[in-house]
Parts: sequence; C-alpha cells; structure tokens
Amino acid sequence: MIRYILNKFIFMFLSLFVLVTATFALMNAVPGSPLQSEKATTEQIQKNMEAYYGLDKPLIQQYGLYLKKLAQFDLGISMKKRFQSVNKMISQSFGYSLRLGIVSIITSVLAGCVLGIIAAMYHRKFLDNLAMVIAVIGLAIPSMVMAPLLQYLFSVKLRMFPVTGLKEPLAYVLPTIALSSVSIAFIARLIRATMIEVLHADFIKTAKAKGLGGHLIVWRHALRNSMLPVVTYLGYLAANVITGSVIIEQIFAIPGMGKFFVQCVIDRDYPLIMGTTIFYAVLLIATRFLADIAYVLVDPRIRISAGKVGG
Amino acid sequence: MQQEINLNTASNASPDRFMKIGRDPNRAERIERKSLTAWQDIRYRLFANKLAMFGLYLMIAIVLMAIFAPLFSHYNYFSNDLDHTNQAPSFKHWFGTDDLGRDMYVRTWKGAQVSLFVGVVAALIDLFIGIVYGGIMGYFGGKVDEIMNRIAEVLYAIPYLLIVILLLVVMPPSLTTIIVAMSITGWINMAWIVRGQIMQLKNQEYALASKALGAGSFRIIFRHLIPNAMGPILVTLTLTVPGAMFTEAFLSFLGLGVQSPVASWGTMINDGVKAMTVYPWRLLFPALFLSLSMFAFNVFGDGLRDAFDPKLKK
Repeated sequence: MIRYILNKFIFMFLSLFVLVTATFALMNAVPGSPLQSEKATTEQIQKNMEAYYGLDKPLIQQYGLYLKKLAQFDLGISMKKRFQSVNKMISQSFGYSLRLGIVSIITSVLAGCVLGIIAAMYHRKFLDNLAMVIAVIGLAIPSMVMAPLLQYLFSVKLRMFPVTGLKEPLAYVLPTIALSSVSIAFIARLIRATMIEVLHADFIKTAKAKGLGGHLIVWRHALRNSMLPVVTYLGYLAANVITGSVIIEQIFAIPGMGKFFVQCVIDRDYPLIMGTTIFYAVLLIATRFLADIAYVLVDPRIRISAGKVGG
Repeated sequence: MQQEINLNTASNASPDRFMKIGRDPNRAERIERKSLTAWQDIRYRLFANKLAMFGLYLMIAIVLMAIFAPLFSHYNYFSNDLDHTNQAPSFKHWFGTDDLGRDMYVRTWKGAQVSLFVGVVAALIDLFIGIVYGGIMGYFGGKVDEIMNRIAEVLYAIPYLLIVILLLVVMPPSLTTIIVAMSITGWINMAWIVRGQIMQLKNQEYALASKALGAGSFRIIFRHLIPNAMGPILVTLTLTVPGAMFTEAFLSFLGLGVQSPVASWGTMINDGVKAMTVYPWRLLFPALFLSLSMFAFNVFGDGLRDAFDPKLKK
C-alpha cells in the first residue's frame, strides 16, 4: 500500500516537473523580450527592469532560481500590473472559483447519484427512460449554451435569480446548474450502468433472500459497490469543473480565476501565465492523486502487492 | 367439470395415456437462428437501436448540410452588409443576420465545417499516434511497456487547457493551434485502449502462427492484431469527435480559437450571448446546431459501444 502511494506520488511529482520545465522553456522560446513596450525607454531603464525580473542572468540560472522560488510557493511578480505579486492576484480571485467549484462538485455527485439510482431501480421502465433523457440532454448541451439560456430564462425573463455575480446564496443556483450539467449526466450514466450490474450480483440475491426491503438493499448494499467508478471519476470531475468555470465565470461575470486564462495570454504577462498554469496543474494533479488513493481505500477487492494493483 | 379435475390427479396418469415421441434425428442439428458473423451481428444490433440510428442520420444530415449549404447560397460567410444588420429570420435570410449583416444561415454551416473538421482531424491524429504507440506498448510488453506507459501517464496528468494556453504564447490563435494542443494529450486514451486489446490478442494462435512463419513484429501488429482490435478503436474514435468539437467551441468562445471572419459555433455563440436579449436568433442557431451535433455523435457512439459489447446481447 505504502509503496503504491509512494509510486503514484513520484509520478505526480514527475508530471509537475515536466509541466514546469515545459512552461519555462516555452516562455523563453518566444522571440523578443516580454518587457518591450510601445513607449520608448532608455537602455538603462530597460536594463533595470530586466534586472528586476531577473532576466539579465543566464537561462540556466533563471531556471534554477525559478524552481527555487516555486519550492517556496512564490510565483513571482506580474509584468503588466507592476509590483503586484502573482500569489496575491491568484489568492484574491481563487476564493470565488473554489466556492463555485465545490458547490458544483457536490451537486454533480448528489444529483448524478440520485438520477442514476432511480434509473437503475426502475430499469427499462418510464423513470429509467426519463432519467436517461435528462442525462443525454445534459451531455449534449455544452455549458456555453446552457449558461446563457438559463440566464436568459430565469434571470432576465422570470427574474427568479440574480443575473450576475456571486453575492448571495441564490446567485449560485444558475452557475452551478450550468457548470454541473455535463458531470451530472456522466455520473448518472456511470452509476446506472454499474448499479444494474451490481443488482444482479449474488450478494444482492442473498440480501433479498434474507428478506431485506428494496430500498435498504439499494442504499446499504448496491450503492457502495456502485460508487467505485464515481470515485475514479472525481479527479476528472475536478478538471472539468475548473475548465468549465472559465466560461461560466465569463457569462455570469464572476471575478474568479477564469479571467486570468484569457487575459494573461492576450497581455503576454509571462509570470502570470506561468503562475496560473502551475497553480492549476498542482491542483489538478493533486486531485487525481487523491482520487487514485481514495479508489484503493474504498474498494476492498483491490489488493496491493509490490506497488502494483492486482485483483 | 368433474372430468377436468380428474385429468390432473396422479392416479389418472396411467402409462397408456402417454406417447413416446422419441428423438427426431433431423431436428438435432437444425439451426434455429440465422448464423451471423461478428460484424453482421454488430450491424444488426446497431441498426436495431433506434436512438443510435437517429444519431447516425442526424450526423449524416449535419455533415451534408455543412458541405453543401454554403455552396448553394447567394451569400457568403464573410461579406458585410451594413444596411441589413441584425435582421430577424426571413425568407431572404433564413437564420437572420448578425451585427455586421452577415448571413447567419451560411455562417452556421460554415461553423459546422470548422467544427467537424477539427473533430475529425483531431480524432484521426489520436487514432494514428494511439495505434502506433499503443500497438508497440502492448506487443512488446515488459520494459518497453513500462517506460512508454510511464511517459504516457506523466503527459496524461497535464490538462489540455494549460497546454492550449502555453501553446498560444508561441503560436497565434488558429485551428492548427487548437488541433496541436488537443493532440498532445488526446492520443493517450486511444493508446491505452489499443494496448489493452493487443495484450489480449498477441498470444492468440493466429498471431503465433504468423510469428512461426517468420513475420516481423510490425507486420503482426499492423496486419493481424490491429484489424482484430477494430471494435473498441472505432468506438473510442466516435466518442473522440464530440469531445474535440466541444473543445473547439470552448476555445473559440473564449476568443482563443478561430479568429474572425471565419465562422465558428463557439465565436458565434459568444457574439450571440452579448445580443441575446435583443436578437435571440443570433444565439439560437449556432447553439442549437452545436447541441444537436454533440447529441448525435454521443448517441451514435453509445449505440456503437453497446453493439460491440457482447454482454449486452439479448
């Protein structure tokens, strides 16, 4: 077990290292200096600025310094918003994204499970079909279509929810639905497929023979076994939520991290690009690592020997 | 009434009431159902799946419209007509016009071209790299497999959005950038599917026979094993297309993808959102067709997967 986790941990680290190095290499492969501007500056000012950002040192030394700063969780200083550290810029807006993301993940798992369970319990009946139609619609309508439609219908026309922002609890409803619809659909289908299989397993027949009621069987016996694929999916769910929130934040005018993705590329603000990239990479890769471990912990059937997962 | 009940009692079951039928030698070997090859069976089950077939027809309709609709229209996707901006749908402009007076009907189908192009090209690149990489991984096994698998795992952990952003620093926003960014990590899924298949197939008799006859590794992989692994590969391929189409729309929506005047569903939706309250048709048409094609590809892919899964056979 410990070897397995250690193994995964090393590879998580390796992925991060590759990404950090690739980021650094790409940023330095671009021709021209990021500090060039339309305004005419004297050579001395240019040199001072380069020294300020450490661009006057040889490349290897810059790379070393960058890694050293990263190890201390220092992402550097923005080039467009002078003297503002990337750390501060991220921490100011990450709160919004985090809250929306957590609400969305919880909603996805809960709603997905409920839909999936209903579909599996009433397999090939009306409720199953209904749940699957909802799931297919959720999967087919992309978030950039879903979000404006919801906004137009419920906020602009019916005035049930605030149009933009995240100031009150009610404001979370529409962004959460738009952000979660794809994941809800995915989880519902996942749960349905495994649950139908599990409900035909021998231990369910034993539970039935023992005289347990239908609902108790589903909750106590079937659900726990059907949750396994969902645990694996959680790592990807986090990734989906993060990428999806870029669009949702733009449509609902939420001042989260999403704006950096687009703005930093247009501004060519290198420290900010590197900062957001690495920040998200750490977040995502760590989530996947945790999902991997959770999977092993949840499933008693997986036995681990010599760092390999085997049946 | 009395007699009927008596018929069912045991005492009435005397031997003379029974007749020996015996075995019919002709029936023993009779084949009740039509004998189907694997591909015939898959085709039969796919055709029987109404939802999947609906998806297929929808897919074909969208592809045909994307190719032919812009050809047979008086308008093109880039000419401005500033006297007729933001027109509602009419006989002249079936889907209305946008803020520069460009015909939305032609732009919507031009957007379909871009979308489908990205989807298909990205899927084909995934297919090519995935088959070669996965084939080598699965066939040689051992250390080769270990190392190649580790490389794939490291790459797989990197989210594509970050790759897109990094690439956009060195390349201008364009179709090529989107496709390159998606392909950098997109092939890994395919490679793992191919690897799993090859590992199952490589010890089959026909592969061994081919080896015994002196065939080289590459001949065995690409002539014998890959054709036999075509099922899961096809399914993965079909389900890659909507993912790639969504990514294109996503990036174009953010302004990081296709640039004006080329139409893309993503950019059109972005424009449409801004004018949603006043000119809803500018959002409606690109949004509708993006959703329809995502639906069609997903439903067809699902149906294909079910058709290939022998466990779901009734």
